[in-house]
Amino acid sequence: MASSLLSLTIFTPAVAALIMAVLLRADDEAGRRNAKWLALAATSLTFVISLFVLAGFEPANTEFQFVEERAWLLGLTYKLGVDGISILFVMLTTFLMPLVILSCWDVEDRIKEYMIAFLLLETLMLGVFCALDLILFYLFFEAGLIPMFLIIGIWGGANRIYAAFKFFLYTLFGSVLMLIAMIAMYLDAGTTDIALLLDHAFDFGTVEVLGVQIVGGLQTLLWLAFFASFAVKMPMWPVHTWLPDAHVQAPTAGSVVLAAILLKMGGYGFLRFSLPMFPVGSEVMGPLVLWMSAIAVVWASLVALVQEDMKKLIAYSSVAHMAYVTAGIFAANQQGIDGAIFQMISHGFISGALFLCVGVIYDRMHTRDIDAYGGLVNRMPAYALIFLLFTMANVGLPGTSGFVGEFLSLMGIFQANTWVALVMCTGVILSAAYALWLFRRVVFGDLIKESLRSITDMTARERMTFAPLVFFTILLGVYPSLVTDIIGPSVAALVGEYEVATAAFETANAVASAE
Amino acid sequence: MLGTILTAPLLGALVCGFMWKLIGERPAMIFATVGVFLSAILSWIVFLTHDPYVVERVVLLSWIESGSLATEWAIRLDRLTSVMLIVVTTVSALVHLYSFGYMDHDPQWREGETYKPRFFAYLSFFTFAMLSLVTADNLLQLFFGWEGVGVASYLLIGFYWRKPSAGAAAMKAFIVNRVGDFAFLLGIFAIFLLTDSIQFSVIFPLAPQIAETSIHFLWRDWNAAELVAVLLFVGAMGKSAQLGLHTWLPDAMEGPTPVSALIHAATMVTAGVFLVCRMSPVMEFADAAMGFVVIVGAATAFVAATIGLVQTDIKRVIAYSTMSQLGYMFVAAGLGAYSVAMFHLLTHAFFKAMLFLGAGSVIHAMHHEQDMRNYGGLRKKIPYTFWAMMIGTLAITGVGIPLLYIGFPVGFAGFVSKDAIIESAWAGAPLAFWVLVVSAALTSFYSWRLMFLTFYGDPRGDKHTHDHAHESPLVMTIPLGVLAVGSVLAGMVWYGGFFKSQESVDRFFGTVPVEGYAATLDPTPWSGAAFAAGEAEPSERPLQEPGQGGIYVAPDNHIIHEAHLVPVWVRLSPFLAMLAGLGMAWLFYMKRGSTLPGDWARTVQPLYRFLLNKWYFDEIYDAVFVRPAKTLGRWLWKGGDGAAIDGTLNGTAMGFIPLLTRAVNRAQSGYVFTYAFAMVLGLVVLITWMTIAQGS
Repeated sequence: MASSLLSLTIFTPAVAALIMAVLLRADDEAGRRNAKWLALAATSLTFVISLFVLAGFEPANTEFQFVEERAWLLGLTYKLGVDGISILFVMLTTFLMPLVILSCWDVEDRIKEYMIAFLLLETLMLGVFCALDLILFYLFFEAGLIPMFLIIGIWGGANRIYAAFKFFLYTLFGSVLMLIAMIAMYLDAGTTDIALLLDHAFDFGTVEVLGVQIVGGLQTLLWLAFFASFAVKMPMWPVHTWLPDAHVQAPTAGSVVLAAILLKMGGYGFLRFSLPMFPVGSEVMGPLVLWMSAIAVVWASLVALVQEDMKKLIAYSSVAHMAYVTAGIFAANQQGIDGAIFQMISHGFISGALFLCVGVIYDRMHTRDIDAYGGLVNRMPAYALIFLLFTMANVGLPGTSGFVGEFLSLMGIFQANTWVALVMCTGVILSAAYALWLFRRVVFGDLIKESLRSITDMTARERMTFAPLVFFTILLGVYPSLVTDIIGPSVAALVGEYEVATAAFETANAVASAE
Repeated sequence: MLGTILTAPLLGALVCGFMWKLIGERPAMIFATVGVFLSAILSWIVFLTHDPYVVERVVLLSWIESGSLATEWAIRLDRLTSVMLIVVTTVSALVHLYSFGYMDHDPQWREGETYKPRFFAYLSFFTFAMLSLVTADNLLQLFFGWEGVGVASYLLIGFYWRKPSAGAAAMKAFIVNRVGDFAFLLGIFAIFLLTDSIQFSVIFPLAPQIAETSIHFLWRDWNAAELVAVLLFVGAMGKSAQLGLHTWLPDAMEGPTPVSALIHAATMVTAGVFLVCRMSPVMEFADAAMGFVVIVGAATAFVAATIGLVQTDIKRVIAYSTMSQLGYMFVAAGLGAYSVAMFHLLTHAFFKAMLFLGAGSVIHAMHHEQDMRNYGGLRKKIPYTFWAMMIGTLAITGVGIPLLYIGFPVGFAGFVSKDAIIESAWAGAPLAFWVLVVSAALTSFYSWRLMFLTFYGDPRGDKHTHDHAHESPLVMTIPLGVLAVGSVLAGMVWYGGFFKSQESVDRFFGTVPVEGYAATLDPTPWSGAAFAAGEAEPSERPLQEPGQGGIYVAPDNHIIHEAHLVPVWVRLSPFLAMLAGLGMAWLFYMKRGSTLPGDWARTVQPLYRFLLNKWYFDEIYDAVFVRPAKTLGRWLWKGGDGAAIDGTLNGTAMGFIPLLTRAVNRAQSGYVFTYAFAMVLGLVVLITWMTIAQGS
């Protein structure tokens, strides 16, 4: 039992989706209700199962745990496992999905299919975080986008086709390169087992490609190929423009999953592949990532400042916040990476909650135009409070989880490059500017717009959806050791190996230059 | 006990904010008030009983841990903390009490709207945040309190959220403070890089080493102590509204008046001064940075005072006065006279809180009229308030008996502490001395102008309002009375602890054990009288470990001693400046038939406009930062994201993709199949390749 706990976690939602697809008729009111309840039950059950994983997880052990390995079709291997880096992403996913289901309780349109899409999506996302085989990872990683496309494409806004195309184009490009890199890795290492690949030292002797000297050789090339895929997912500047469009067109629940979980697959990829497998590549390309992140913070924050659409504003804010993650990771020290992971977890709660906040008023007014609102605090005090809390968390207020991630990653970045740290620190000012300005325009002021006169405060169900998010945002802000204790040892091991590998590179360089 | 001091206001805030529906509006407010009173009483007990030689450290819970970074929720108790404890809790408790009267029947709210429990919850939350700031045992917790008070300030400035100006002011306060925080954070990172810790008890003993280290920051290497000191001070500038980062403070007057008294006069804005004093072990090794502190402080004192001259909103006058007084404190701190800075912080808290609460009482009496041009002759109508304001004015302008010394100087609180700063300035930075003396004259002018316009002369403005002007209820006048006592006595009572002599200061702050003095070769006691007569020579000050006691004074720092050796005319100068200001104000506003204000405004109109528009800081910032940021944002959005990135990356592709979908039967979700197809194709390629590779 214990050995297949991960499979159980991953496939519970899929099984529920299957049951729903085959057995459930959703053409009447009762059927629709059943679909929602079944989805809620399945995601909750998944969460409960994942709690067993968490309970059995030993943070001090930096090896993969709960490992499952089975022969699979075509001589491939089905291998799963979690370590300190991945386990919290699993937990984040299983924790958020019941809330996501709750948030689409009032959806009427093709609810059964909607639920199936989310359940499948959960399975695929969990698969990404647990897969320990290259092919399996690729399968989950790419397939996960299909339900997301469907969610945007079928339940999305007016301009959904454009948004999905954009997403498609960006992603396809990265995927092709990643696929080629995976083949190259297999050829070099002779295995697709991620655990073995992590121990494999890829060659870093300088090579020449098309007349260009590539420092770090194969490692740098592989790093670049993976980077193309993960950078799009994050998304990093300048390949971020698909995200605002996708968010604007996606339904609320879709936005929540996209921002809270799907974006994290890029960061997870960096931590699972780029940094540990290609340390020399990371060392060579690290400064580039740091600077791209620094630009992203300023760029995305300034653009967020002038948005007129609430979702777009929050989407750009996500781009800025994800930049702390990428820069933290490639600062390649304990604080930076701890901060990056923390930031991802925390952003999962905060951005998820912010999109839910937009959803609450979108459901009532059917517009995301900031100008259409104003003075909501008059009629929605509870909403104002919740929105304020998450606005402040987004701004990185100490005492909320948003601060811990930002602080730690910046601290790590400062050790790597003070210029980058200085530029990224301006995010502290800019985020306050765009977030508080949004809050002021939507919530403060007198309620003068006729259309808002009869707007109602949050319902009990909506409050229930927010309650766990509020709880964790504050809990992790006050007692972040809950997270850092789990990720700490694995990150320390990662940083240790990274330093050994880059030291070897430096030595080789020194020898080369001495000759 | 320390835990209770900290948690009582928090509990009060939570209960009052979230449970008032359950327990009723008034009980909730009372609960919050009792919580703060409890913590005030305990703070006084701590202040009076705590042994300053012992630096206590109480660990509550671990906080952010990552690798070698280990921070805790912990309390550091030394004299610096305990002084701040009594300032914060005392003023807070009185403001809570006062708010019962002031916030009753607030005309900003409509019939049936509940706003009072929210107000009290914010006040109590602020108190909690401020206490966690002053009790912090590490920089991170200090930053937590720092931002916490920022949020409380944001909420309270924006308390009247119906007014667009309140929302704007709240936002401005938070964002401008964030500019300071930006530097503060960099300072914290630098300290961690240098010492591998951000805990005071680790950093302070390492201060001498820090001073000898250089740190690479941006384009060059810097002296580590100087860099850290400047970064942290820029943080302090934001919170304490020093020149450059001050624009938020006058606007913050949008908040209810008790808030202005508590947050924007007595406590939060002094956090920057506290920070500089707290970091004294590092500051002492950063001479250049300290020079910067003095310059900024003196410039602020002067500029704010000039603006204060022409403002007509009673609260804005006091706000600029606060800003100016904060400048005085920074001058003292920058000169290394930390105890003097803290002295003025303490006395200022009393008299400035009282001036604000008094102003609130006037506003309350005048049905929320704030323009002094519509006041006049209120002395008889609200005598109790008048006398409170009078005492406050006597204190801030520095009224006392010059040159009389009976173990301490005799005068109002501001007289004692401000003179201490001005004398220190003469000893340390003569230029700053002149700026401060001129500012003192200006201070006196605008303070008396406020008094004369408000309480003397004939009633102006709406007659109906004047007819109905009434004295405030007891809950409002009692706090005034308590603060009045402080404004009169605080300077004389604590003179010994903060300024009398280096030895008495050392003893008060617990910095050097008494035996240390006994062991020195020349144990001549440093009596104030001897200094005043210029007889005593600075004796060798016993060596102090940085981090010992509440503040650190380097062995070569004799500022307190030298401040007692200044010439008599220097000691007289602030008093003369005060008289000059008073005389001018009298000529302008009291003399029957005086047309001076109008005449002057006309003759020096450019200057008048310049001051009235607050040196055009807001306009300049708007033109230099705000509008360019928005323009740039729009340009990056439309030009960068839109034209450049989207244009290049998918411009061409977008041309053929729609064709592609049309081919897939114009299905809405055609692209999904395209994608699935591409992925499957990819997998097939991958698997085939591997099978072949394995085979070969």
